[in-house]
Amino acid sequence: MTNLLILGQADSSEGTWALLLYLGAAVLFILGLKQLSSPRTARRGNTIAAAGMLLAIVVTLVDNDLASWGTIIAGLVTGGVIGGLLALRVKMTAMPELVAAFNGFGGVASALVALAEIDRFEAAFDLETGVVVALSLAIGSITFSGSFVAFGKLNGSLPGKPIQLPGGKALNALLALGAVALSIWAISAEATIAYWLIVAVALVLGVLAVIPIGGADMPVVISLLNSLSGVAAAMAGFVIGNSALIIGGALVGAAGLILTLQMADAMNRTIGNVLFSGFGAVTTGAVDTGDKPFKSATPDDVAIALAYAENVIVVPGYGLAVAQAQHAVRELASILEAKGVNVDYAIHPVAGRMPGHMNVLLAEADVPYDQLLDLDQSNPRFAQTDVALVIGANDVVNPSARDDAGSPIYGMPILEVDHAATVVVIKRSLSPGFAGIDNPLFYMDGTMMLFADGKAAVESVISAMDGV
Amino acid sequence: MSAAFVSGIVVFVLAAFVGLEVISKVPPTLHTPLMSGANAISGITIVGALIAAGIGEGTFAAILGFLAVASATINVVGGFLVTDRMLEMFKKKPGKR
Repeated sequence: MTNLLILGQADSSEGTWALLLYLGAAVLFILGLKQLSSPRTARRGNTIAAAGMLLAIVVTLVDNDLASWGTIIAGLVTGGVIGGLLALRVKMTAMPELVAAFNGFGGVASALVALAEIDRFEAAFDLETGVVVALSLAIGSITFSGSFVAFGKLNGSLPGKPIQLPGGKALNALLALGAVALSIWAISAEATIAYWLIVAVALVLGVLAVIPIGGADMPVVISLLNSLSGVAAAMAGFVIGNSALIIGGALVGAAGLILTLQMADAMNRTIGNVLFSGFGAVTTGAVDTGDKPFKSATPDDVAIALAYAENVIVVPGYGLAVAQAQHAVRELASILEAKGVNVDYAIHPVAGRMPGHMNVLLAEADVPYDQLLDLDQSNPRFAQTDVALVIGANDVVNPSARDDAGSPIYGMPILEVDHAATVVVIKRSLSPGFAGIDNPLFYMDGTMMLFADGKAAVESVISAMDGV
Repeated sequence: MSAAFVSGIVVFVLAAFVGLEVISKVPPTLHTPLMSGANAISGITIVGALIAAGIGEGTFAAILGFLAVASATINVVGGFLVTDRMLEMFKKKPGKR
């Protein structure tokens, strides 16, 4: 049943214009993504991509002899209401879990499209169609279950720590082989049941693949699931023979892949290492933090240091998101700027739980995007920085990643806050970060520790500013 | 392999390279909106879902079609809306070029 209508093989004039309009939708996706690459044009880019989607939907509704309008309208309304409510209500701090959930819905939709084709043709496919049906099912289902495990880890309903299962890797390999064997059975015997078993195996595989991955590795995982949701859509495009799905899916697959590689790079790890090592689970040995001297500071000490500084760089981490401290940080920065202090923000690529997480939070708090510095922009500046204010970040400012070849995070690019004259670390306690690695930064001469919840600490510093 | 299937592969590969070219220049500041925007685009699978829902016969096909349309619509509507909400917040410093 290959009904691929890509290079103008439509047999009616009606079909031909639909093909061109689908191409138009794909072009709008590309233009939209291109405009998303600059903060100035990004919002328009998103609107252009959405217009492309609307075009594709309208063409589909008009061009096909669709009958079951009740089902279509029920689906559109249900999905529209749920998606709209989720999008409008979500807090910016919860953005990673929302994106994970949306990834999951996209993945399952592609798998369901393939299942509907199996139902319609009673699994009687030629070889190439059988292969893409099996791929849609497998990739869509892995994306679905993997995304919802990630969602659970991100919103705290599942433990964020890596969960190591006995024989994890071998079991996953076995399941993957099982899916391949089932695909061969499904295609050669035209067996509906075998296609359904692919779904079952892939769902389990998605869960087992994401369960062992720790919270701090989520930026990589979300990017990869994003990529997979695109590939699943492209495979569904091969199944139904539609170029808009193939192009749109390939674009998303590429986008997710780039982000995945960049995130893995920012942790100096390979994707394989993130997926299979259960990082953090191996280094849970007791970290000796008890007997080294450190300087504990009061909010007044911090206020004085900040008020008399010329250049301050704020370094936000996941702790800032947890504490919802972005607005308090912005308020503190405004007070400092009114005193003539120059305030910037240095953001590590993997600070937070998804790529760019911190940037969104600070944008929400009205921090102009030109004050948000990336790794390469900020590191040369720390030497001229009077105070580096680290809020809820740990591993991304750990100097042992640079200095200690024995450290598990050695080689990971860091924000070199230790080059600043004074470092203020706002943190709940001395406890080591996600990676379970002690941070020598905390015991340096120029470092002051302010132990508190991020938001409460920043607010107490703001109050203390009155007296300076 | 049919010619149409091969041309599908051609389109896929070329589109993937276009994606790599277009997206590799996105600054880290925009990574979250890029991801949620791309995520919404992956909801293009809604086209397949609408066809499945519209031409399927029988209760089971209707259930599959409904679930496919609803999931894809959540992805599309939610994805574009939340991306717009985020991008609305990104502002330049007033008076600074």
